[in-house]
Amino acid sequence: MNLQPPPVAEPGTGPVPGLEEIYRADSLHIRIMIYTSFVLLAIGGFFGTLQALDKFQVDLYRFLPGNLQLYYTGLTAHGVVLALLFTGTFIIGFLSLALVHGLRRPLADRGLAWATVAVALTGALALLITIFRNQATVLFTFYAPLQAHPGFYAGLVLVALATWMAALNGWVTWRAWKRDHPNERTPLMAFAALATWAMWFLASLGLAVALLVYLLPWSMGQQAQVNPLLTRALFWFTGHPLVYFWLLPAYVSWYTMLPAQVGGRLFSESLSRLVFLLFVVLATPTGLHHMYTDPGVAHGYKVLHGVMTYAVIFPSLVTAFTVVASVEEGARRRGGRGYIMWLLALPWLSNPSVAGQLLGMLIFATGGITGLINSSLNMNLIVHNTLWVVGHLHTQVAGAVTLTFMAISYWLVPLLSGRQLWGRRWAVLQVWSWFFGTAIMARGMHWMGLASTPRRTFLTHAPYADLFGEWYWGGALTAAGGVILLLSGGLFLLVMARTALGARRTEPMAVPEAQPLHHPVIIPRWLDRISPWFALGLALAAAAWVPSLWRMAVHYPQVTGFQLW
Amino acid sequence: MAVAWVDIDRYERLWIVLSAAVLLALMLVLAYSIWGLDIRLIGDAGQVDPATVTQRPPFDQPGVYEEGPGKYRVVMVARAWSFQPAEVRIPAGADVTFQVTSLDVIHGFRVPYTTINQMLVPGQVSEIQYRFTEPGEHVLLCHEYCGVGHHIMEGRIIVEPAATAGR
Repeated sequence: MNLQPPPVAEPGTGPVPGLEEIYRADSLHIRIMIYTSFVLLAIGGFFGTLQALDKFQVDLYRFLPGNLQLYYTGLTAHGVVLALLFTGTFIIGFLSLALVHGLRRPLADRGLAWATVAVALTGALALLITIFRNQATVLFTFYAPLQAHPGFYAGLVLVALATWMAALNGWVTWRAWKRDHPNERTPLMAFAALATWAMWFLASLGLAVALLVYLLPWSMGQQAQVNPLLTRALFWFTGHPLVYFWLLPAYVSWYTMLPAQVGGRLFSESLSRLVFLLFVVLATPTGLHHMYTDPGVAHGYKVLHGVMTYAVIFPSLVTAFTVVASVEEGARRRGGRGYIMWLLALPWLSNPSVAGQLLGMLIFATGGITGLINSSLNMNLIVHNTLWVVGHLHTQVAGAVTLTFMAISYWLVPLLSGRQLWGRRWAVLQVWSWFFGTAIMARGMHWMGLASTPRRTFLTHAPYADLFGEWYWGGALTAAGGVILLLSGGLFLLVMARTALGARRTEPMAVPEAQPLHHPVIIPRWLDRISPWFALGLALAAAAWVPSLWRMAVHYPQVTGFQLW
Repeated sequence: MAVAWVDIDRYERLWIVLSAAVLLALMLVLAYSIWGLDIRLIGDAGQVDPATVTQRPPFDQPGVYEEGPGKYRVVMVARAWSFQPAEVRIPAGADVTFQVTSLDVIHGFRVPYTTINQMLVPGQVSEIQYRFTEPGEHVLLCHEYCGVGHHIMEGRIIVEPAATAGR
């Protein structure tokens, strides 16, 4: 039996009876997560610009008060706040709404939803306090034996726990929906959100073990020593698929929402489902490609993880077809013509939510290519731990993910707050400037990285910085991009603040939801289940990780901790 | 193939086949670079106790050792925030093996514009092979965050003309 959800108009274009009532029950806690993510974006982004300026040997740190004068404190704040907290809080809020809309019912456990908010905020506060008190200047990778304050590791545990609680709430809601709809297929939007949570739960097991079994007890003095290679490997068990945890919510929007925003329909629902399920299976056995240059890790396992990383690029290549084809269909319905010229029929200059997501995809494609280079173990020897990798990361996180989250916010915040979007023109300028800022900054970073500039380094005060003339223009681009991003980010926050505090909206709104292009929609049962794919992912992850981890845990030496800041 | 049961457009099928083919081709190139060109990543070169490693050979006496005609071993230790020895002199064209370990936290070992690019993990020995073909001076720098002095952690590798090295 095929599920035929009620037709949903483009946001803000027509009456959608009943949906606003469905959102209302969860609106406040979702809004708290989304608004918190904006505050975190401001904090983390500020330090990012200071770091970008440092690449041009401009040191603004000396004008800051107290602990903030320390480059590496700001760098830790930048990484933790943006990579873990901004993304984590936005994703909890956004995926919750995707589930609520997809299943047309409020979250099953309201108490759990509020507990999620409380745990996430407590964890974020613990992290911010320990970082800014200079008790945890260990960067967002917190490699042992650098030893932070226990509050830092406890904060990480709480933030991870909050994501698990949100995932659990989604799962419980899904179970309740299935009881009420025993013969129906799970709607795609909800299915994609659930697959994202499943992928993340599997991937986050490494981080959970690292924190709960090793780092937290060690920082509290219950264990005298720590195993640096083991905890580093456990970090990367989660650390690489963490990127997919940022990315898949953007995919949820690109697949299930964006086609409706451009007046198109989803090209293939089967392949959409397959893409999300492939991430569940393939995301986790990849992380050793971050440790290609580590001693004590066998060559064969490094090669295996490299091959698996290539494999996980496959679902993204499929995405490039399905999403673009869906958008093209919309463009043609808007009057677009020709092989290429249909692109001009898209609302590049009038709809900030659409333009932001399309620009995010564009920059994501470049990051896919640099990602292939990073995961190729031969070329990795040239770029490992250089600014090249930072450039790659920023095309994916600052470019694809953050720009998509901003673009989503342009309908999400009006929907949740019941207010009119303020300054549509400013919003269009914002997404374009963010796109160019990211592109320019990443170009500079790639350039510097190919000239061997080390990442995570206070270059202004590095004695060797003057030896490399090539670093100059790369540094200039990095700094220019960083300044553009600061202005663009400020504009984003201004638009969001004026919207949230602005005029009440009169017309009803709904989450944009793409309808299928081909009828009837035939979806085999194996594309409507998650648990078999999760089991397969677990087996692959175990095969790819357990032998290496076991060897490290049993045979490799323990060392004592250091606070070197 | 299982995917054939679902509704796949023929252009979409073409794209999928092409995507898979490109990835497969890249994997073959990778395989060739590993088994054909013998590009090897650092592996397992042994474990040590960083607390006592400087009391025993080889790390009790870091330095440059000539092991045979055109073959050198450079024994180094890294600690926050220096390499020891801070300056290394080796002849151009020699096969050099760097044998390095860390005494405290994780450090990096990078010589810009070369493929010398390794992690140094306390408790592990990193062995890196390289041949500098041209005389000149190279910076050796730490490229992993290791505390507030991370950016001042550097060394020098001076490659001397082969004749002056007295081989």
